[in-house]
Amino acid sequence: MTGQGEAALDREQGTRATAEPGERTPAGPVGTAALPSTGGRPPTSGIDLGVIALPWRWRVLAVTLGCGVLVLAAFTVGIAAGSSRMGVLDVWSTLLGGGTQTLQFIVFELRLPRACVAVGVGLCLGLAGALTQTFSRNPLATPDILGVTSGASAGAVVAIVLGGGGYSVGASLLGVGIPAVAIIGGLLAAAAVYGLSWRQGVDSFRLILIGIGLTAILGGLTSFLLVRAQLTQVTAATQWMVGSLNGVSWASLWPMVVVLAVLLPFALTQSAPLEINQLGDDFSTGLGVAVQRHRMLVIATSAVLAGVAVSAAGPVEFVAFVAPQVACRLARTARPPLIASALVGAALVQLSDVAARVAFGTEVPVGIVTAIVGAPYLIWLITRHNRKERR
Amino acid sequence: MTDSALLADRVTLGYDQVEVFRDLTVEVRQGSVTALIGANGCGKSTLLKAFGRLLQPTRGSVGLAGTPIRSLSAREVARRLAILPQKPLTPAATTVRDLVMRGRHPHQTLLRPWTATDAAAVERAIAATGMTELADREVDALSGGQLQRAWIALVLAQQTPVILLDEPTTFLDLSHQLEVLRLVRRINAEQGSTIVMVLHDLSLAARFSDRLIVLHEGRVFADGEPWEVITPEVLATAFGLEALVIPDPASGRPLVVPLDPTDVPS
Repeated sequence: MTGQGEAALDREQGTRATAEPGERTPAGPVGTAALPSTGGRPPTSGIDLGVIALPWRWRVLAVTLGCGVLVLAAFTVGIAAGSSRMGVLDVWSTLLGGGTQTLQFIVFELRLPRACVAVGVGLCLGLAGALTQTFSRNPLATPDILGVTSGASAGAVVAIVLGGGGYSVGASLLGVGIPAVAIIGGLLAAAAVYGLSWRQGVDSFRLILIGIGLTAILGGLTSFLLVRAQLTQVTAATQWMVGSLNGVSWASLWPMVVVLAVLLPFALTQSAPLEINQLGDDFSTGLGVAVQRHRMLVIATSAVLAGVAVSAAGPVEFVAFVAPQVACRLARTARPPLIASALVGAALVQLSDVAARVAFGTEVPVGIVTAIVGAPYLIWLITRHNRKERR
Repeated sequence: MTDSALLADRVTLGYDQVEVFRDLTVEVRQGSVTALIGANGCGKSTLLKAFGRLLQPTRGSVGLAGTPIRSLSAREVARRLAILPQKPLTPAATTVRDLVMRGRHPHQTLLRPWTATDAAAVERAIAATGMTELADREVDALSGGQLQRAWIALVLAQQTPVILLDEPTTFLDLSHQLEVLRLVRRINAEQGSTIVMVLHDLSLAARFSDRLIVLHEGRVFADGEPWEVITPEVLATAFGLEALVIPDPASGRPLVVPLDPTDVPS
């Protein structure tokens, strides 16, 4: 993440360096007005991220770096917190190869996988939420409306109820089975929503409506299965449906790492079209964005991101909705900044998991805490903003 | 053939089941200012959208400087043709300069990111539309006239030989309408751009265009220079308007004076 920031800085400076002595193009096609002197520092500069040049503001950069630091801190606390106490220095010395055997065991076997999965789930959900909210130009449009969450839940419940039982998410009897069934269910649901919305292209509004419809159907199906299931199965299913990091292992992490490694850079290449799409579909076409192709890619990207996160930890509520909105307000941008949204998501999930484990005494599923912690923070940000505007 | 900037060749255009035009052929010559006029619902915007490939003809084809527009990539078209749609969405937390910078998107590629040329094009477009002092203002704080100029600056930053404007003067008061249309003429005169616009005000259309195309009942009802097109007969049929056409004392162009049976000459 920091590498990203540095690259941005470098390029920013690079741009300015060329801009000053740069070719002052002789009156080109637009020869109307004299060029204003390039004395003042432009408030924005472009940097290149793939096929694009997007205006980076210092504030976005600062917020992104700040969120990166926050994630790192949360990650450290996530490893340090627990029944056997551990200092911050212990954590990092152990991570870097030192520490006693006991510490090594606790960190690498027990806490690191969980902390990594927490960060991974947050990154995936934050990014997926930023993508869906941006392409649809609607802050209420989370990956849930693509049917991913309800599809994954339905899949998981089918697996639990029809397949037997199991109490924990990751390491249960169906440890390998449930995540796989969940991601298949999520992606099938997303594909169905996309397919049903297609009518000479996909319109965001129709997509949202169909997503809500399909979510209701799948929710009904899930409830039906739960009503007919045995009590132990209901308990397992409910645990899963709230979203929990209990019992996650390294095996839960790798799919997310692979998906993030591919889709995060890809999402960044869609940054400029996403930005332009804020002007409406017609303007986007006019500016050379292949709107339908771009939209399909963005939907597929967020469905896979959300799907892999949900399959690892269950549908951790609210992260995909709240993280992009928080990032957007912190950075004061027109749309959620992608990297910052992912980082806010990671920090939110990680800190919520710490809170779930420590503050609440018994282990409360992380999904409950994300909603309890995340929603008030968003409300606070919005009301604070309103008050400032009134003044 | 080489003279043609845009050619709609026997196109059939419509939405869903409703057919607006069938076998319509319209050619726009390079370097001219053309206004599409007609009553509400006559298909002015539909034709403009087809020229700007926002609407695919179900039959026939649209050519851009002799090349079928469908054979070009979205980005290639955007380097040659800019279109200002009727109701663009105004983004939040975006300055005028940020907005205009988006006009450079079609010129950027993997190997050619943001450069000094792009920055210069943006500043020129801002200056040309008189937005220099407002460049750092957020767009949602602009007045209607300023916002319209910001949109036009965006389209100018695209630096295309062809510019399509869908009702660029709607929602503006008369002085701002004049300002926008003067700007259009200036862009045409100084850069030789081909401009096609949809306008509602007939007198303004006559005053600022080289050529008027009147659309009526799915076909070109009248086409030519202002004096050839703005006649009481055309107005009566295409607009259902009883009107006098007199020479504008200032410009010598036709001026439409609508008549009303209850008018009492004083």
